[in-house]
Formats: sequence, C-alpha cells, structure tokens
Amino acid sequence: MIDYWSYYHTRLIDAALMHLQLVTISLVAALIIAMLVIFTCINKDKWLSGLIYFFSALYSVPSYAFFALLIPLTGLGTTTAIIVLTLYSEYVLLRTFSTGIRQIDPLIIESARGMGMTDRQVFFKIQLPLSSKSIFSGIRLALTSIIGIATIAATINAGGLGTILFDGLRTQSIETIIWGAVLTIILCIFSNVVLRLIEKITLRNLELGD
Amino acid sequence: MSNSAVKFKNVEKKFAAETIIEKLSFEVEDGEFITILGSSGSGKTTTLKMINRLVEPDGGTIEVNGQSIEQIDLIELRRNIGYVVQQIGLFPHLTIEKNIATVPELLGWDKEKILVRVKELMELVKLPYEQYGKRHPKQLSGGQQQRVGVARALAANPQIMLLDEPFGAVDAITRKELQKQIKSIHKELSGKTFLFVTHDINEAFYLGDKVMIMNNGEISQYDTPKNIVTNPKTDFVKELLDTIYEEEALWRELK
Amino acid sequence: MVTEIVQYFKSSGSQYEEYLIQHIQLSITALLIALVIGVPLGYISYKHPKAAEFFTTTSQLLRIIPSLAILFILIPIIGVGELPALIALVFLGIPPILVNTILGFKEIPAVTKEVASGLGMDTKQLMKKIEFPLATPFILNGIKLSLVEIIASATLATYIGAGGLGTLIFTGLGLYRMDLLIIGGGTVTFLSLLSMFILDITIRKVSKNSVEFSS
Repeated sequence: MIDYWSYYHTRLIDAALMHLQLVTISLVAALIIAMLVIFTCINKDKWLSGLIYFFSALYSVPSYAFFALLIPLTGLGTTTAIIVLTLYSEYVLLRTFSTGIRQIDPLIIESARGMGMTDRQVFFKIQLPLSSKSIFSGIRLALTSIIGIATIAATINAGGLGTILFDGLRTQSIETIIWGAVLTIILCIFSNVVLRLIEKITLRNLELGD
Repeated sequence: MSNSAVKFKNVEKKFAAETIIEKLSFEVEDGEFITILGSSGSGKTTTLKMINRLVEPDGGTIEVNGQSIEQIDLIELRRNIGYVVQQIGLFPHLTIEKNIATVPELLGWDKEKILVRVKELMELVKLPYEQYGKRHPKQLSGGQQQRVGVARALAANPQIMLLDEPFGAVDAITRKELQKQIKSIHKELSGKTFLFVTHDINEAFYLGDKVMIMNNGEISQYDTPKNIVTNPKTDFVKELLDTIYEEEALWRELK
Repeated sequence: MVTEIVQYFKSSGSQYEEYLIQHIQLSITALLIALVIGVPLGYISYKHPKAAEFFTTTSQLLRIIPSLAILFILIPIIGVGELPALIALVFLGIPPILVNTILGFKEIPAVTKEVASGLGMDTKQLMKKIEFPLATPFILNGIKLSLVEIIASATLATYIGAGGLGTLIFTGLGLYRMDLLIIGGGTVTFLSLLSMFILDITIRKVSKNSVEFSS
C-alpha cells in the first residue's frame, strides 16, 4: 500500500484534485440554480413540489446511462460530467431547502409580514437565515453523493478518482482499487469537515449557533 | 362470594425513584360507573392502566371479578376488558367496520356473527353501518372517531370498560353530547362496569355513580357525587369544590 | 441517427433482448435477496434499539464508499462474472431497505400499539395486523430506493463481466457509436423511471389511509 503511494502519489493527488474540481463546479452551479428556483417558487408550493418530483426522476436515472444519453449532445469529457453532477445535486438541494423553509413556523412569517416586510425581505431576512441549517445539511448531502457518483465520470474521460479505480480493475490490482476508494472517502470526509467549519462560522454570524 | 368487579389492595407503583401510587386500596362494584378525577400527575391514568396490565404494579394485589390479575392469562384479561384512550388509537389502515371487528376477529367469531355485532354497536353509538362502515378513520370527525373507539372497546361484550379521558380532545358541545351518549350506553348495557378517567370536574360528577378523587397518588375521597358535595372529607376536595362554586357565582353574576 | 437505431434492432435484436433480460434478472435477483435480508433485519433492529442505531450509522457511513469501488473490490478476490456482481448489488441494495424498514416501524404511533395490546393482541397479531401494514409504505419506499440503486449499479456491472445493458453503453463509448449509447442509456433510464413510477403509485395507494407518510 505504502509502496504504491510513493510510486504513484503525483498521479493520485492529481486525480483527487481533478475530482474535487469536478464536484465543486457542479455543486456551486447547482447551488446558484437552487437559490434562484427557491426564490422564484417560494410562494408557489405546487410548482416547487412539481419541480422537486421532476428532479427526483432525473436523480433516479443511473449516471452511466445519463452520460450515455448526453454524449451525442455534449460529447465526451468534463462538460457532460458537470451537467449530470449538477442535476443530481439539484434534487438533493431543492428537497432539503424546501423542507427547511416549510418547517418554519407560519406564525413567524405572518408576524414578519405584519411588521411590514415585503416578500423579498421575508425571504432574505427570515426564511433564508432560519432554514440555513437544512441548507447546509443539504449541501453536505449533495456533496457526499456526487463525490461517489463522480468516480463514474472516468468512463467518459472526465478524469478524477474513477480513473484510479479503473486502472486497478484493468491491472487486477486490489491495492490500486483500495487507494482509489480510500482517496474518495478522504475527499468526502475532508470536504464535509470544511463545510461544517463554514457552517459554524456562518451560523455564528447569524447568531443561530448553539 | 364477592360482587366486586375491580379490587385494589395496597397497590404501589414507582417510576424510577418517584412513587406515583402509594398504598392504593379501593373496590368497584359490579355494574357501577366510576369516574376517577385528578390533575395530571395524580396517578389516575396509571391506576387505570394497571387494571389491564399495560402498567405492572410494584406491590399489592389487583383483583378483577374476584381473581388476582396475575393469575389470569394476560391476553385473556385484556380481551375481556374494553379500553378507550383520548388519542383514540383507531387503526388508520382499517375501515370503521374492521376497527370495530378487531377483538371479535381475534376471538375467532364467525363472519355472520361479527357483522351482526358490528351493526348493533354502530347503531348503539349512532353511526349507521350503511353510511360509515366502509369509511376510514381519517374521514370521520374527532367526536365520531371517539364513538368508534367506544364501539370497538365494547365489541366482545367485556364486563369492564376502561376509558382514559376519552373526550379530552373534542370541543365542548360535542363533548356534552358524547357524555350523554356514554351515560345512556352504560344504562342500556346494564351490568357493565365503567372506569372513566377525567380531569374535568363537571364530567366526573355528571357521569359517575361514584367519583374517586385522586391527588398525589392517593385517594382524597371516593363516594357518590352527592355525598362528596354535602360532606367533603379533605382540604383538597374542599378546594376543588370551591373552584366550582366560584365559577357558578361568576355565571350567576353575568346572568 | 434514427435509421442507425432501427438498423441495430434489425440486425442485433436478439442480442439486445439478451442484455435486457440479463439486466432485469440480475436486478430482480439482487433486490429479492436484499429484501429477504433487509426487512427481517429491520424488524429485529426495531425491537432492539442498539442494533437499529448500529445499522443506521453503518448505512450512512457506507454511503461515502463509491458504488464503483464496492463493485470492483470483489474482482481480485472472487474473479469476474455474475456472482461477484450479484454480491455487490445485494450489498448496495440492503441499506435503503434496512433503514426505511426501521423508520417505518418507528413511525407507528405508540398509542396505536398500546391500544392494540390493550385490546388483547399478542406480539404476533400485533406484528401481522398493525405493525406490518402500517410500516408497508416506508418499506416500499426503501424498495424503490434500493431498486434504483441496483439498476444503476447493474449497468456498471458490465465492467466486471456480468453483461447487461451496460455492455451497450460500454461498446458505444469504445466505438463512439451514438446509436448504441442512446439505446443502452435510454433503456436503462426507462427501466429506472418505470420502477420508480410503479413503486410511487403503489406507495400512494397503500398509504392513502395510513399514517402520514412522506419520503
């Protein structure tokens, strides 16, 4: 195991960085879209539920098949991978965000309106901060699932840690497969820790920390 | 020969280190309607649940129809005691008919007999079978659901009925209506013993042949409503009655 | 493109059929085994809170291991073919069923169970008449999630020599043949969506009168 690392560590680190890049771009894109969707649909519960069901259907499309279907349109490589990973995260984000916002006591919203806040102010001053905990847990959940799925992107030449796994498969080397898996797990834990830190700081600034 | 339906002798119950019931002794005669009145934490619900062994006592003996409940098979005991609770606990996945038929089905009655019984009971609680039999609990109002709960508990013709604040969650008018109904049901089914837990003084005194007033796990007074009013035995009972008199005065003033 | 797809079905229809049957067989077998293991394990866990905690945490931890790695890791140990694929798929299919079974039993209101015992149901009757029917929507939801995961991973099982519809995508990628990618990807997508819709409808039907259920 250790020998393998000293021989191939540049390759492993490169793959991990590529992997991180793939999921970060996808997650940020999904996050921006999610905010726009939630902001537009916040008072249209039916639209939001419909959209969430639509994305849940996309989420259930196996990634390998999803890639295959997109290749005629967007070709091999990172673009296709990022589109698919973004759509997957979109479902997780929308579901958790909407749950978070729906959990807010309607009395709070009502009294905010009663104080004369506009819909926009209610959204930014009340709904967003009060649902920030579920927003963060949604981000973590989305990240965890797409880090795993992103390994499959290696099949369409998008790089990442999947390439290590496929190398291991080709050379029948359990060492290589385990390194691929371990690095994916480390990436997952590392990004979760970073996100938790960001969450803590944000919540403290919002004075919602416990 | 004893004609007591339920008999407690020095019954004790502790939860963790806290004593809920301390040396509780009382007797309920066959066919009586007993209301147990107390605030939350008085031990009234615990007392009730010890009768069908949903709660096991830590000391003393409880007899049902002259037999210690420890000697009766648990399932047998429960099937012969009807049980109704405030949250009703109707089975949401079963129709009203099936809910009421639960115990007869457990007892293996034949279909014909069950149907006759279900119709009879639904008549008794004023929910005609044709209209309500095939509905699900969700489609009924709170008061209607509670009546189904009572019908279900009566299904296998138990000699004893335990009712734990059954009307606690319904509105005042429905509640009055249900009280009248349960009273007439008790009269109609002569010979059945009802034990009815409540924290509502009016309800307790309206329904009970006898009222058992509980405070801190002990019986403050256990007598007919008339005797309690004319001769309150403890300070707690006096205070309790005073609250009623104060309310009465308020209403008289307003008139 | 359309002509190429039609051409494929004309010349290789029987091969397509073989892949499709392989895929469905592998997925259903894996699901059934996962069910036989997952549901009883879930019921036992519900009776023993420590086990429930253990399995729920483990399932969460397992999520961070990529499915691809789970699929590949058996190859050096027991070789390629359908058996390692089946083992991996069962392994991937159990957690959703297990976790949702536990959840389903836990969601049953305590008062419903108390009243049922109060009416004189013994443990077996309680399980058959009350607990299982009320937990069913949750178990079905677990089956849905499990099946979607299994169908997806079965597509990748082509890499470990288990055949199936993934083979079409694999070949399509290798030869850069769009027709094969569309046929393979389209069929797998159809299978996933179909199983999702069927289970969603079943869940809605079953939970119509039950306790509040939300996925």
